[in-house]
Amino acid sequence: MTTATDPYVLNIGPQHPSTHGVFRLRVVMDGERIQDVEMIVGYLHRSMEKLAEERTFTQNIPFTDRADYLAGMSNNLGYVLAAELLSGVEVPERAQYLRVIFAELQRIASHAMSNGQLVSDAGAWQTPLLYMWREREKILDLFEMTCGARLTTNYMRIGGVAFDPPPEFYPAVNQLLEELPERIEEYHRLLIDNEIFLARTQGVGTITAEDAINGSLTGPMLRASGVPWDLRKAEPYCVYDRMEFDIPVGRHGDAYDRFMVRMEEVKQSVRIIRQALDEMPVGAHKTDIPLALRPAPGEAYARVEGPRGELGFYVVSDGGPAPYRFHVRPPSLINLSLLREMAIGASLPDAVVALGSIDIVVGEIDR
Amino acid sequence: MPRASRQLEGTRVAERLEAALPGIVTRSTEEWVEVVPARVIEALQWLHDDDELDAAQLSCLTAVDRHTTFEVVYHLQSLDRNHQIVVKAILTDHDTPALPSSYPVYKGALLQEDEVYDLFGIRFDGHPNLRRLFLWDGYLGHPLRKDFLQLEGRFPGLPMFPFEEKGVQVR
Repeated sequence: MTTATDPYVLNIGPQHPSTHGVFRLRVVMDGERIQDVEMIVGYLHRSMEKLAEERTFTQNIPFTDRADYLAGMSNNLGYVLAAELLSGVEVPERAQYLRVIFAELQRIASHAMSNGQLVSDAGAWQTPLLYMWREREKILDLFEMTCGARLTTNYMRIGGVAFDPPPEFYPAVNQLLEELPERIEEYHRLLIDNEIFLARTQGVGTITAEDAINGSLTGPMLRASGVPWDLRKAEPYCVYDRMEFDIPVGRHGDAYDRFMVRMEEVKQSVRIIRQALDEMPVGAHKTDIPLALRPAPGEAYARVEGPRGELGFYVVSDGGPAPYRFHVRPPSLINLSLLREMAIGASLPDAVVALGSIDIVVGEIDR
Repeated sequence: MPRASRQLEGTRVAERLEAALPGIVTRSTEEWVEVVPARVIEALQWLHDDDELDAAQLSCLTAVDRHTTFEVVYHLQSLDRNHQIVVKAILTDHDTPALPSSYPVYKGALLQEDEVYDLFGIRFDGHPNLRRLFLWDGYLGHPLRKDFLQLEGRFPGLPMFPFEEKGVQVR
């Protein structure tokens, strides 16, 4: 005799710790297995793209760090690169290095957050998360002493960066770089050989390289599937072409590989920051630009390798002081394109881990 | 005209595209190539399959409202050859804009087309689940259209920037 079950609808979120923000999932369950999943977003929609059409190019910089609030520096950088490409503003050498240093610090902070959350989703409730946040905290302190803010940094400017770091920045960042490799070893000892962690993440949320490319996945998601694609190498911006670093790739494209790729990227970021600090020249950190910058009519699409993937800014100018159109290519949203493929057929706890390994930030999804 | 360092010349792409699919290109510039909206999926499929242009990934899909027309902009990415191709489709019907969905070629278009539909009201025929992504069903108008603030009951905002010269309207 066979027993049949009726499918039922399960609502997850919008307020739920495993959805990492105000993100709702409507899941159709057949017993323990997921039959269908639909994501419902928009709870954090602030119509940033419309607001940006009413503000000058410089006034739009603070919007960008409020989109992805866990990677404010990377978002600032992507937007100012687009504005510079559009207007042809030159950036001093020192500012280029400072941008690299802060973008990489931001990557470490963001990866610490996302990896900690993933471990938390996998059942290691809060303890590893807290340890990873220890490093993130120190990076946020560095941001605070440089630009006064910890998350919504508003640090990059069109034509440079807002401030030169204060003298106490350099010993602090050096101490952090000394400590980080040891700390990463500590996490490895804590997690990599942990049987429960392996069982919860290996083979979960697997995506093949072909699917990842066709589904527009970028960043650690794409690299975990075995595609060595990194915009810092492919289309070097700032001074990444002078830096020496490797692109870590995974083999299976599962949650475990994404975790490991992020861990390796932290090590590579440490390498990049060391080189940038050594080579950074003295000089101006900013060029002066007009208050109401008026780029010639045209359009520009600039992108950076953010912690979550390709972070693009498509800016159109009509010759006025405000952008005619301002569009963010949000890696968090686009990495969710294959959510159904990942979740269907999986059990609910596995889907939570798979969602955690995508590393979404709802502020960026909704904008 | 600003062009990213790895972006292919639009005229070069247009030549190859036109040779393979006659009559598909309407205009091309140094930066992008414009194609017939009804045949956009044909163009994308060909660019995707072609060995030399190899547009394996849909990097970014968005739209621009030009008051009387809509531009749908596709940024395509080749991972093997490391270049970018920009394709545009100009929709002349401003009241009920529609064009075929690129989902059959690129799965990554799924949510991006939802977003464009929500904020611009451009319909993508053949999309498996076209819905308002951010706003709720029944929301009045599409916010990123330029005439959105002229809708009844909307606050149009400042007519000019405060530091601009008095009496000179910016737009």
